[in-house]
Amino acid sequence: MSIDQQSTPYPGESTSGRLGSFMRAMFAVVWKDLSAELRSRELISAMLVFALLVILIFNFALDLDPASRREPTITAGVLWVIFVFAGTLGLNRSMAVEKDRGCMDGLLLAPVDRSAIYFGKVIGNLVFMLMVEIIVLPIYSLLYNVNLFNPGLLLVILLGSIGYVAVGTLLAAMAVQARTRDILLPILLFPVVLPVILAAVKASTGFLDGSEMEMILPWLNLLIVYDIIFSAVAFMVFDYVVEE
Amino acid sequence: MISVRKLIKRFGLKTVLRGLDFEVEQGEFVALLGPNGAGKTTFLRILASLSRPSMGGVKIAGYRLPDQAAAVRRRLGVVSHQPLLYGDLTAEENLKFYGRMYSINTLDARVKEVLDLVGLTARRRDLVRTFSRGMQQRLAIGRAVLHDPDVMLFDEPHTGLDQDASAMLDTVLREVAARGRTVVMTSHDLARAADLASRFDVISRGVIGASVRRDEIDPNDLLAFYRGALQES
Repeated sequence: MSIDQQSTPYPGESTSGRLGSFMRAMFAVVWKDLSAELRSRELISAMLVFALLVILIFNFALDLDPASRREPTITAGVLWVIFVFAGTLGLNRSMAVEKDRGCMDGLLLAPVDRSAIYFGKVIGNLVFMLMVEIIVLPIYSLLYNVNLFNPGLLLVILLGSIGYVAVGTLLAAMAVQARTRDILLPILLFPVVLPVILAAVKASTGFLDGSEMEMILPWLNLLIVYDIIFSAVAFMVFDYVVEE
Repeated sequence: MISVRKLIKRFGLKTVLRGLDFEVEQGEFVALLGPNGAGKTTFLRILASLSRPSMGGVKIAGYRLPDQAAAVRRRLGVVSHQPLLYGDLTAEENLKFYGRMYSINTLDARVKEVLDLVGLTARRRDLVRTFSRGMQQRLAIGRAVLHDPDVMLFDEPHTGLDQDASAMLDTVLREVAARGRTVVMTSHDLARAADLASRFDVISRGVIGASVRRDEIDPNDLLAFYRGALQES
């Protein structure tokens, strides 16, 4: 990137530094993803319908009595299965849009650090996932008669979603190159993201059953460490993942 | 402006480019001709920094690839047979998005200027997915010239266009070349290449088999020159 700073600016080019162009490119990708999705509503509606169907399927498949429905272990488990499955659908679609119309090449041709593209896609995917979660939580609360408006649980959902999307976006960028991308992404993603799901389910259960903070803290720490490590790894390897 | 030395590109066991040498001066319009599978698109993707060379040296505007790829990308405009545009954004939004990716400060003015250049001002607020193939390709050229690049790469830009759309694209291509940009265009269409380019290079079996300038050949002899180059390689 030092070359960027040494080279002569072209007409109308911003002369702000490396961080400025990184942030501008990152938020351009976020703006582009959100604007396109606001118009088409393909991704959100697919994720949402899928999430609601999973809630219904679990409702019938588990055939739980009213008391068991409010069990924190069951609530946390079902919630994270919904988030993970719906999230996978969104991750696949988000990268497929770039690949199918050749737009990924358009992004890669921009003279910016390619990790700006990665973080832009991560933020966009995270927004979509959080939107689905915001809609799913009250519906789940209503159907299963359980109070999910717990600040601790919401923090776990945020941290878990960040970890899931950070890894998922990187692996989706890899999987989208393959013809079998739809089945390849879950196969690649689920084993890698297992620590996030485990920590998220344990921490969610802890907050729902009112456990002591010292019991929950190790799981929260695991989520935070996972988020940081995988964001850093993706920052370093994304350039190689997307290059031919 | 472009200097390529002994370029080799392998995909696994298959060698697509076999020690290709290529030189282009500033302001030249080079038509890169060749049959399917000759390595034209692979070569263009390497010039565009979308693919890494297996061996050999590539320099564009004095910058080496792949080490100085970001500096090269800043000076490149690329148009392929895919428009690289987002169907759910308007023409204006697509250009503004790419303008932000290139950190263009005076973006609104530049987008307006480019929409005028490609003749899409009246459709600037329409979604790109409602555009015909020809209009999408014109907007793709607008996207590629937005940051005023020194070098333009066109990969079979006429693919899928009807006669009218191709003629309109030719007009835009001539305007791009008239502004002194260096242009490399791959094409199967010899007549169209003869009409636009100032130099014709034939790529075959991963090397440049022959090269001739427009003032050295009668355009009617281009087909014979092309066939001769393929037979010799």
